[in-house]
Amino acid sequence: MANEVCFRTLHRDRSWTLDVYESEGGYEALKKVLAGDWSPAEVVDLVKRSGLRGRGGAGFPTGIKWSFISRDMPGDKYIVCNSDEGEPGTFKDRDILRYNPHALIEGMIIAGYVIDAVAGYNYIRGEFWEPYERFEAALDEARQAGYLGKDILGSGYDYDLHTHLGAGAYICGEETALLESIEGKKGQPRFKPPFPAQFGLFGRPTIINNTESLASIPDILRQGADWFRELGVENSGGSKLFSVSGNVNRPGNFEVPLGTPFAELLEMAGGVTKGRKLKAVIPGGSSAPVIPGDQMMDLNMDYDSIQNAGSMLGSGAVIVMDDSNCMVKVLDRMSYFYHEESCGQCTPCREGTGWLYRVVHRIETGRGRQEDLALLDDVAARIAGRTICALGDAAAMPVQGMLKHYRDEFQYHIDHKKCMVGAGG
Amino acid sequence: MSDKKVTIEVDGRKLEATAGQMLIEVTDAAGIEVPRFCYHKKLSIAANCRMCLVEVEKAPKPLPACATPVMDGMVVKTRSPLAIQAQQGTMEFLLINHPLDCPICDQGGECELQDVAIGYGDDASRYVEVKRVVKDEDIGPLIETEMTRCIHCTRCVRFGAEIAGIRELGATGRGEHMRIGTYVGTTVTSEMSGNVIDLCPVGALTAKPSRYQARAWELTQTNAIAPHDSVGSNVHLHLRRGQVMRAVPADNEAINETWISDRDRFAYQGLSAGDRATQPLVKENGGWRPIEWSDALALAVEKLRDARAEANALAAPHATLEELFLLRKLMAGLDAPSLDYRLRQADFRATSAVPGYGLSIADIERLDAALLVGSNLRKDLPIINHRLRKAALNGGDVMVLNPVDYEFNYPLGGALITSPSNMVASLAGIARAVGVSADGAIGELIDGAAENDETNRLAARLTAADKAWVAVGALAEAHPDYAVLQAIASAIAEASGAVFGFLPMASNSVGAALVGCVPSDGGLDAVQQLSQPGKTSILLDIEPAQDCLNPAQAMRTLDETAFVIAISSFASDSLKACADLILPMAAFAETSGTFINGEGVWQRFDGCVRPLGEARPGWKILRVLGTMLELDGFDYESPAQVHDEVRAMIGDRGIDNSLDDPGDVEPWRPKGMQRIGDVPIYRIDALTRRATALQQTGEPVSALACINAALAKRLRIADRGQVKVGQGGKSVVMAVRVSERVPNDTVWCPAAVDGSELLGPQIGDITLEKA
Ligand SMILES: Cc1cc2nc3c(=O)[nH]c(=O)nc-3n(C[C@H](O)[C@H](O)[C@H](O)COP(=O)(O)O)c2cc1C
Ligand code: SF4
Ligand code: SF4
Ligand code: FES
Repeated sequence: MANEVCFRTLHRDRSWTLDVYESEGGYEALKKVLAGDWSPAEVVDLVKRSGLRGRGGAGFPTGIKWSFISRDMPGDKYIVCNSDEGEPGTFKDRDILRYNPHALIEGMIIAGYVIDAVAGYNYIRGEFWEPYERFEAALDEARQAGYLGKDILGSGYDYDLHTHLGAGAYICGEETALLESIEGKKGQPRFKPPFPAQFGLFGRPTIINNTESLASIPDILRQGADWFRELGVENSGGSKLFSVSGNVNRPGNFEVPLGTPFAELLEMAGGVTKGRKLKAVIPGGSSAPVIPGDQMMDLNMDYDSIQNAGSMLGSGAVIVMDDSNCMVKVLDRMSYFYHEESCGQCTPCREGTGWLYRVVHRIETGRGRQEDLALLDDVAARIAGRTICALGDAAAMPVQGMLKHYRDEFQYHIDHKKCMVGAGG
Repeated sequence: MSDKKVTIEVDGRKLEATAGQMLIEVTDAAGIEVPRFCYHKKLSIAANCRMCLVEVEKAPKPLPACATPVMDGMVVKTRSPLAIQAQQGTMEFLLINHPLDCPICDQGGECELQDVAIGYGDDASRYVEVKRVVKDEDIGPLIETEMTRCIHCTRCVRFGAEIAGIRELGATGRGEHMRIGTYVGTTVTSEMSGNVIDLCPVGALTAKPSRYQARAWELTQTNAIAPHDSVGSNVHLHLRRGQVMRAVPADNEAINETWISDRDRFAYQGLSAGDRATQPLVKENGGWRPIEWSDALALAVEKLRDARAEANALAAPHATLEELFLLRKLMAGLDAPSLDYRLRQADFRATSAVPGYGLSIADIERLDAALLVGSNLRKDLPIINHRLRKAALNGGDVMVLNPVDYEFNYPLGGALITSPSNMVASLAGIARAVGVSADGAIGELIDGAAENDETNRLAARLTAADKAWVAVGALAEAHPDYAVLQAIASAIAEASGAVFGFLPMASNSVGAALVGCVPSDGGLDAVQQLSQPGKTSILLDIEPAQDCLNPAQAMRTLDETAFVIAISSFASDSLKACADLILPMAAFAETSGTFINGEGVWQRFDGCVRPLGEARPGWKILRVLGTMLELDGFDYESPAQVHDEVRAMIGDRGIDNSLDDPGDVEPWRPKGMQRIGDVPIYRIDALTRRATALQQTGEPVSALACINAALAKRLRIADRGQVKVGQGGKSVVMAVRVSERVPNDTVWCPAAVDGSELLGPQIGDITLEKA
């Protein structure tokens, strides 16, 4: 059972075109919504019942997020889609934009109609040129077909979508930094509360969702909330796109039901390269703490299972590492990333990410000191939970995860000024 | 925000608060100390420094007190192990990249980082890496930067966006590469820019003029009232060994809140100018000779006795209330009616008794509409403009009728920009649109006025507003038809239900009016005194070449006056050219006294440094002259006695903006081009003109003519060339700028700048040709 939702049309030639999408039942849900088959409140209810949780990383229930904004609130309201996809290891939204852009468009129109938004914005990662062109072409088709613009399908509802291309900053994937960036300001997160539902784009009530979340909406309506929920497991409704990368034979995106055993997912990805031993897995994007391979082989890919194992399902980026990897080197690379990508706004993250990186780098290059591991524990603890946005946590968690499971490798580096694993530095 | 009261508990104390208030406001009010860097009560909340983290029961992690709204029953611990650990964590992060160059930092001893570090920092650093170094920018003559010390609290950035209204400083770069700067390397030009020096919690932004001159702990602090404009901002002066080293704001919510203008901050520099008057001087055979005080006073007394009732006197409106009162008493004792303080007023046909704002400074920010008639408010009275800016950002309409399209730091609700001579007709147009019905000549003028879209729009907004203000400014005062402008403006206010007021410029304009420093029966006003040479004239703290409406004529008249006694803090060359005797007077900070601000608030201050050289406080000089002239009631022993007497004389009189009928309204008709001679922000008084840093900011300091492109084209004049500008027979060669802020056939040619002393009236006929 794969490719049930966002990748449902993947088997078709030119699946990104309007014709193909419509021939597969596309825009039926929208038509029913506009015809009043479901009231806006009923749509929200369906989304709630479907068990859909935000696919951008935090896993917040999408239906509940939508219910924060009432249709009757006066003034402009907006829908924003987060296609920034900056989390290292994640590459699923790119393929939705490339192969199924109309599902996203339909989802964004339905979301817009539900809260009576005046417009929607899709914020696309700056490097995604081809997906951007696909999405723009799809928008044109949708406009031609009357799904966007004035008086959509004769419903009296006016609504259009705009794309905004990012400029390569990871932080612009954080929802409030993304809003600032659309507004033309420096992309840095806002202090929350107020949340975007109260004070969003241009200070107006705004729903912001991940690409995959929004692209799931049409099928939830068309095939039913129960159908969707039952694809997955308790607390993890639906199926999910996993971007599997690292030491696997067939890296790529796999849409599988939530709750699928990791072992099966690994199998789909062709197993570990060169038949080597699985050493570790980062199950939800680089911000998620690492899980040792043995433990991972017993886990299922759903929110609760991964969380109970001390990590996060996050964006569904599964980074597989075999036993040729030096964990010090891995952390060195990751810490460098967060150090470079911190927006610099708040003290613990601006100063702490650089500190973490420098200490890890020192250990990696054979200049570690005995007190360094305690220092890393301490600095990470002083960042986590103390910052404006979750990037601080995202920088601290990999350090904490690595030290929890692979402390001996770090200690070996410090003691011997070289790597335990042959391949490392 | 609702006014719902809630009770919270902080460190075991029960505190009352308003729902939605931020925790830090409540702890501040209760005197519970929570460390902070980014929070500032007058700025938006950024919550970026993370220094104010406290423990809140039921919250999974420490919360920033500056951004956590209080809720009923909330239990907060500011000193629990978790809170302290969080605060220490932030402190350590802040210090790892801080240069810790305290011994050479100007902020040392008054640095918030240093103070908090002593409470929360560790003595040894666990950070062994190379520290960040940031290149500095030159952002102008007022603010010194040392950006390696910056802790990125963004107070300065928010100040620019929210208070100054120009985003001069901003953050660029991410993470550790984040930099605070101007981005394009420009200088900071806000008239309030110096406030970032106080806001900056560290030594990243410090005062350039005083840098490296004193350490914080060597300074003593006194209170003073800024002597430059009618706001009367409250300041602290920082002194060292009898010298003013710095001026910083003192909080006064009703007046300047926590801000001061750059003028009030840096003008103290003029106190150490090279041409301070430090000993009595007498003119002899065209040269100057120092003389003893006793001889100087005797000479003055002799000349005053000669003139008696024919003596003239002019006083600067920034003189103290006590000085102005004694001058008036002295003139009364001599039966001399010719006394005036209105040195820049052009038209005396009718005027209010005690012109002032007409409403409180704090009320200005609550206005729904304001019409400014002839005012460059942002430069004239920065703090009043700041209040009005708040009103504008709150949806109020600030509208102007001006001869120059001055820059405001908020969007105007309407602007009529027209030549000085057209201002009367335009104002009459607004009056007509408002529906003024007046009798007599003013009525005829209004009935005959033309309305247009803009006059109608301004009128409609004024009438619709709940709380509106019509305020007449400094440029109207210099207008040959000032009386007419006032009469129409007042009628507009009445018909539209607005408050009528004035924007007096000087620190004691209101005080001078209240003590009656104006001509009594048959006396000469300032213009008359300065157009017909007399016998003996007293000048109280005036530089005639800069401080008068028509400097060329003033200089000529005083030169021809038999004897000019200048009681002055400065002995400039121009003063020496027209005076015969200079009595050195104590300057700002050297004398006690009282100012009454534009709202009518009395503010007393003490002298805090010794007068320079042999200079003496003005009240003492006038007292001795009175005694030596054997006039009654001059036997004061202290300035307090003088003050009490003025108080009793003034009683409960205050601002009085009511007007007489100007009678004759025959308007001024220019012969050709018209001059707009406003007084630039840093040329307002003798002290400011000598503040070297302010003189380097790029505001006009020397003669300059601005004309629009149409006029430039007609006269074949190129931008940035030289032109010959003439008034009253004299001409001056000066630089020319082409600017679309100036209406047709007018020349914007500032007054009180170097070179302008040879010119005539601030507003009047002017000629201009290619040089
Ligand atoms: C540093 C940071 C980067 C993020 N990057 C992304 C991203 O690239 N794409 C995304 O959808 N969400 C990203 N998020 C999560 C968003 O803030 C937000 O939770 C999400 O867009 C909400 O959509 P959802 O509820 O549909 O998941 C990021 C969050 C943080 C803290
Ligand atoms: S946690 Fe990091 S990225 Fe997020 S606001 Fe603070 S400095 Fe910026
Ligand atoms: S320069 Fe000063 S006020 Fe501005 S951000 Fe840096 S520390 Fe804060
Ligand atoms: S003072 Fe609260 S975070 Fe800076």
